[in-house]
Amino acid sequence: MKRLAVNRYKCGYCGACVAVCKFDANELIETYLEIYEDRCTLCMACVKTCPMNALEVVE
Amino acid sequence: MTDYDVIVVGAGPSGSISAKTCAEKGLSVLLIEKRQEIGVPVRCAEGVSKKGLERFVKPDEKWIASEIERAEIISPSSHRVVLSAEKAGNEVGYVLERKVFDRYLAMLASRAGSDVLTKTSAVYIKRENGIVRVRIRSMGEEEELTAKIVIGADGVESRVAKWVGIDTTLKLNEIESCVQYLMTNIDFDPSTTYFWIGKKYAPGGYIWLFPKGKDSANVGIGVMPALAERDAKWYLDRFLRENFPDGEIVEVVVGGVPVKGAIDTAVSDNVMLVGDAARHTDPITGGGIVNGMIAGYLAGLTAYEAVESGDFSERFLRRYDERWKAEFGESLVRNKKLQEKMLKLEDSVLDRLIESVKGIPIEEMSVKRLAYEIFKKHPRLFWDLREFII
Repeated sequence: MKRLAVNRYKCGYCGACVAVCKFDANELIETYLEIYEDRCTLCMACVKTCPMNALEVVE
Repeated sequence: MTDYDVIVVGAGPSGSISAKTCAEKGLSVLLIEKRQEIGVPVRCAEGVSKKGLERFVKPDEKWIASEIERAEIISPSSHRVVLSAEKAGNEVGYVLERKVFDRYLAMLASRAGSDVLTKTSAVYIKRENGIVRVRIRSMGEEEELTAKIVIGADGVESRVAKWVGIDTTLKLNEIESCVQYLMTNIDFDPSTTYFWIGKKYAPGGYIWLFPKGKDSANVGIGVMPALAERDAKWYLDRFLRENFPDGEIVEVVVGGVPVKGAIDTAVSDNVMLVGDAARHTDPITGGGIVNGMIAGYLAGLTAYEAVESGDFSERFLRRYDERWKAEFGESLVRNKKLQEKMLKLEDSVLDRLIESVKGIPIEEMSVKRLAYEIFKKHPRLFWDLREFII
């Protein structure tokens, strides 16, 4: 199954991905990005927005 | 009775000024910040206009890294034009040390009487019988507090907005994806800010260099995800290899800056949004500190009036919408339109534009003079931009 994954070694925990998510599928908790896979539609908005290229869709 | 009159979520400049204003008016206030250190990690290029800043605080060398006198704009083919700070719209006057500045503002809120908690997030808010229940997690412990009003100063990733149904989701042409390095071992004039414009450097945005003292500078980039083919870091790294190959990176800063223009409303029953949460950043420069502090002040004032009248309804709080729109709403709308026009300009046009004004002495350079030169040399472009420069 395809799912969204965050590379925590790249993530700068800026929250830009949260700001573009229409589905409320992510949350920045202090410096930890939480992804809620059940709500994620793989729309790619956050993947395109991430300044650090830290988000990707994996199998 | 509620635990607090007002709970402010987020201790950036907008949140701290909100809390300070409420406390000075005699309200009981709690200011919470999810990070364990206020102001850290920084998510900002740290430039601020002198006039805007001085409306709220007396400049203090403890949190001013540089004083800026000039802005230099560099076109895709390296034509350069220099503007003095006043003529450039006074947008950049100081470069701040945000870590120190943000903490200072939170201390001003505290000194005015506000309670402050760090490493404390809002987990959920729920409106019930005219008040708000705010579930917080403070250093790992959950607790429920009640308040009459919540001010959402929770930044670009605002949860408060989502919880109360204010749709502030940014489309991919409404956000700048930004990376910045604090760099040393690079050459620059410590009283000049530099802007590299054009698709070649930064699709849908620009690259900046803001000095922080003599020895280091913030060098950063914003790109618009709708137009960029790669991530922001890729474009910045490429620029640095070509322009500052010997520079060393001593800090990395990452951020998303809203460039949405004005939202319809930043209020709901019991709730007001301020700063980045309300998308108050300027769509052209990305600057947000001054608008955020203005919004914080106006939200604080409105909260006071609401508590006085015992009315926390959306209808009452709409006066906050009217107030921030009167202060800077029009400029957000106008600059969003101007940004859209500018994004359509090809790099070759930007080159000709900058080239056509590069010989003009700095003391004669002004927006009017720029407009005149554009009119003379690029009448079609002038026609397209007329509503912005006349």
